[in-house]
Amino acid sequence: MALPRQIFDTVIVGGGGSGLRAALQLAEAGNHVAVFSKVFPTRSHTVAAQGGIGASLGNMQEDHWLWHMYDTIKGSDYLGDQDAIEFMCRKAAEVVYELEHFGMPFDRNPDGTIYQRPFGGHSQNFGQRPVQRACAAADRTGHAMLHTLYQRNVRAHCQFFVEWMVLDLIRDYEGVVVGIVALEMETGQPMIFQAKSTILATGGAGRIYQSSTNAFINTGDGLGIAARAGIPLEDMEFWQFHPTGVAGAGVLITEAVRGEGGILLNSKGERFMERYAPTMKDLASRDVVSRAMDKEIKEGRGAGPEKDYVLLKLDHLGTEVINKRLPGILEIALKFANVDPTRDPIPVVPTCHYQMGGIPTNYYGQVVAPRGSSGSNEVVPGLYAIGECACVSVHGANRLGTNSLLDLLVFGKSAGDHVREWLKGNPQHRDLPQDAADRSLERLARLDNAESGENISEVAAAMRRTVQHHAGVFRTGKLLAEGVTKIQQVAERARNTAIKDKSRVFNTARIEALELENLVIVAEATLVAAEARTESRGAQAREDFKDRDDKNWLKHSLWYLEGSRLDYKPVNLQPLTVESFEPKVRVY
Amino acid sequence: MELFTREQERIRWRSRRGLLEMDLILQRFLAQHLRTLSEPEIRAYDALLQLPDNDFLDFAMGRKTPEKAELIPVLEKIRQS
Repeated sequence: MALPRQIFDTVIVGGGGSGLRAALQLAEAGNHVAVFSKVFPTRSHTVAAQGGIGASLGNMQEDHWLWHMYDTIKGSDYLGDQDAIEFMCRKAAEVVYELEHFGMPFDRNPDGTIYQRPFGGHSQNFGQRPVQRACAAADRTGHAMLHTLYQRNVRAHCQFFVEWMVLDLIRDYEGVVVGIVALEMETGQPMIFQAKSTILATGGAGRIYQSSTNAFINTGDGLGIAARAGIPLEDMEFWQFHPTGVAGAGVLITEAVRGEGGILLNSKGERFMERYAPTMKDLASRDVVSRAMDKEIKEGRGAGPEKDYVLLKLDHLGTEVINKRLPGILEIALKFANVDPTRDPIPVVPTCHYQMGGIPTNYYGQVVAPRGSSGSNEVVPGLYAIGECACVSVHGANRLGTNSLLDLLVFGKSAGDHVREWLKGNPQHRDLPQDAADRSLERLARLDNAESGENISEVAAAMRRTVQHHAGVFRTGKLLAEGVTKIQQVAERARNTAIKDKSRVFNTARIEALELENLVIVAEATLVAAEARTESRGAQAREDFKDRDDKNWLKHSLWYLEGSRLDYKPVNLQPLTVESFEPKVRVY
Repeated sequence: MELFTREQERIRWRSRRGLLEMDLILQRFLAQHLRTLSEPEIRAYDALLQLPDNDFLDFAMGRKTPEKAELIPVLEKIRQS
């Protein structure tokens, strides 16, 4: 079947922070750019980012990009690639000042410079003392950034395809990416978009977890798209968790609650943190608290009918303190936990927040994958990935706070710049292969033709339960191995789904079925990579392998959809211009 | 047979937001009210869906009240869902 076709210089899949930043770089240079988004771009998940953008401007105290680089590498537990990290930290000031120039309403100092707030893990002089490095716009940094970038893109005549779902990449016989197949929700019509370069900027896949802070749109579409095109997914075992999300909802309860004296209890009413961290107790670091909570649940001391959460008690603080010091907590607990925290404890669980892994790229945003020999980094021509869906890798095994927004800006711009050069060297569109749309059309045909099969929401729920239970914060070889078996059963079920609604126009069931295919790919990658990595590093904490093992595991994992196969490549410990930061024991 | 009208499907999709809080609030609202919304309510809800997520969240949580009176009835249903 011949599909309708449109032609662009560059297509960008995803209209969040990184996609908009890359689009701007291209549209302002006069390139013919199309941005595809499932939702209106300013309602992308970037809107949820509150913390700020890390940049060593030095507006508050002396600061230096090298100190930022050190903090990032240490935060990554030495799994981050040091060339990419140097690149990002050195570019930070430039991209922040550019954003200021675009009209971003940053908080200001009395002298007019950008105000910078303190943030965990930001230090002066290689960990000596805290430094204020986070540039923010009140508690709406991500929101302000999206609106600023969107307005600027409209001015630069960037073309937006809103409420489109991108299905697959098109690669020609030499493996060059020559465009995408996308589906317009309004009509249900698939179309081919031929392009000289394609940028994936689809964000994270946090919805693989039962408890997730991510919006429903975060279904890892770019990761599914890449994996189906034969590209591996890197370091998918590493997910950042926040200790206290409302059980069953995922909405975060701020750490300030424990700061003000809130305590965690198990089903026996026991203050279990006393056992895990006798000194700091409930104020121990995020990963310690998360792991203790998950261990209590796994060992049968969880509260509730399913024994699957712990309790955050704060009624002893008194209504007055709660109202005065913790505004917002009362309404969040009432709205999302159906609990009045001045009387009853809030059910909480460790909650997935951020995906460190993703589509492997270099610091130009070019997708790289081994071709032939294991461990090599060969560029996939015409394909780029940026933002949370990419793995550059600047976050390694754990992300430093405020580096996510920085990542979007630096690598969005860097990819845009590199694509500009690529377009100069590749002025012609390459021919589309005969089978350009076959994979996408087969996926759609399967859903159209299946008379009966698995229910989408049931399979999705089984996936989320499996990932939460088997690839949560508390990991053991046994739990992970069982999880791999279970997720492969879920993946099989996901290949046999059926939807009752066969209409084309705004068929949300069909979209959700397509999203589920992407989610399940990410879920399987996560479990398989986590089971294989027999060490604890950053966000991966193995109860049976408690230490970091630099001798065997100072390497990135690469998971392939075909055969659910793993490969590895070395971490780049060589920065661009400075001395390497050798792995050290991580102490805060 | 149509399971949902196409208009209802369109509304369901546009209720997918950038903030998890809004996803959860609107999911509950749609589960209770989608099939029974009146024409004026659908128009008011469409107007609310045009808002930036943070502003919509402020309205939905009752932290702020919109100036346009015609938005209030459907917003009340959202708040109470």
